[in-house]
Parts: sequence; structure tokens; C-alpha cells
Amino acid sequence: MITLTHYLVVSALIFSIGLVGVLRRRNLLMLFFATEVMLNSVNIAFAAISHYYNDLTGQMFAFFIIAIAASEVAVGLGLLILLYKRYGTLDLDGLSNMRG
Amino acid sequence: MIETIAFYLFSVLSIGLFSVTVLSKNVLYAMTSLASGMVLISGFFFLLGADFLGVVQLIVYVGAVMALYSFAMMFFDMTRDIKEKNTNQARVFLLGGLSALMLVLIFAAPIHSNEVAALYPIHEGMGNAQDVGIVLFTKYLVPFEVAAIMLLVAMIAGIILAGKKMDQSLTEDTSSDDILIQKDTK
Repeated sequence: MITLTHYLVVSALIFSIGLVGVLRRRNLLMLFFATEVMLNSVNIAFAAISHYYNDLTGQMFAFFIIAIAASEVAVGLGLLILLYKRYGTLDLDGLSNMRG
Repeated sequence: MIETIAFYLFSVLSIGLFSVTVLSKNVLYAMTSLASGMVLISGFFFLLGADFLGVVQLIVYVGAVMALYSFAMMFFDMTRDIKEKNTNQARVFLLGGLSALMLVLIFAAPIHSNEVAALYPIHEGMGNAQDVGIVLFTKYLVPFEVAAIMLLVAMIAGIILAGKKMDQSLTEDTSSDDILIQKDTK
């Protein structure tokens, strides 16, 4: 029998995978991928809670998260293309020109 | 029974595929495993009875977002493996695990108190798409319209950001070619 806790544990595992990716990666495109992983894990948690509490609010929030993720990708990829045109790299260490 | 098998199959496969996404050095491998992991996540949604959400996940994520990534891939030179200067691995894994655990505790604490009452209950006789439509167009109409405006703004921003100087080639450095041509003519 699969309970809500199973789904929440899977969602937490996928979220921590995405978090490790955000902390570990130095390439901006890979950071975007890790962000997508985290957003998807949150969607699983919302859908599971919506199912087990018999409430549609979780699914509504998952829809809005999908809309936000789509617009984030559209704007972010435009910015990435601009960065790549200007600096020729997407590496965060190569982009840090403040030398802080 | 089949629900249990499907749940464990989907969870093992999606965790493995997302690990490949995060740990791989090749961008194409990362993107492909991310796309297939998203298909498996839509499988979770179908298991949970959120049919419309699963279809939206398939259309938006696997169809639109991954297509956008793969088109953007044309602008970057992604045939080589990515070289990254990595920080301390063990510390990163410890930090990621700890903060994920904290987030789980934060979100799980109010959920497991028994005071949660369904605000918009799921009706048994109706399909999921009808149910979602009724709630989305009555209770969540204003957020829906705001999301539509946000998507419009994002579309215009994407076109303007990526469309500037589209006539210039990225891969061939035309300025150095011009210098070479000028030298040749001299």
C-alpha cells in the first residue's frame, strides 16, 4: 500500500538530487537542468497531497508552477544566449569578472 | 498491487535518470535523461488520479521546454564534455541532504496535523479535467489570467533577448575572417 509518506519521500529525494546539482554545477545550462528537477519534485509532492487529502488545490498550484517554469525557461535561455554571445562560455568561474 | 509496482518502478527510474542529469558531464546525456525523467513524473501524476496535470506535464515539459532546450543547444558548443572545477564533493552532498531534510520537516509538520480540511474537494462522479476546469475558472480565475500575462511577457522577453543580432553567426568568428581577408588583399 502506497501512502502519502512514500510520495513525499520520493519527492524529497528528487529535490535533494536537484539541490546537489545546484550546489555542485559550475555550468549555467546544467544549473537550469537542476532547477527543473527541483520544480518537478515539488509538483509530485503537490499532486500527492492533492490526492490523499481529496483536495484540488494542490493540482492548481502544480499548474501554476508549470506555467512559471515555462516562462523561466523562455527568459533564462534568452539570457544564456546573450551571455554566450558576449563571453563565449557558460562557465560560472569564467563569467566572474569582479574577482571577488 | 499494480499501483505499488508502478510506484516503485517510476520512483527508482526517475531518481536514477535525474542523478544522470545532475552528475553527467555531457549536456546531451543530461538533457535526454531529464526529458525521460519528466515523462516518468507524468506517470506519477496519472497514478495519483491527476490526469489533466499529467497531460499538461507531457505537453509543456516534454514537448515545449525540452524542445526549447534542444533548440537553444544549437547556440552553444555542446559537443565537448564540460570541464568544471568542482568543490568539495562530500560537503556539497552533506549540505544538499541536510537542507532537503529541513525542507521536508518544514512542509510535513503542518500537513500531518489533522486539521487539514479540503477546500475544493474532488468529486467522484466527474472526470479530473472537468473538476480542474470548474475550480480553475471560478476560484482561480485571477491567478490564471495573471499567469497568462506572465507567459506573454516571458514570450516577448525571450524573442527580444534571443533575437538581437540574429543575422550574425556565433560559431564562425566573422571579424577575424574580415581581418584575414583584408590582410590577403593587402
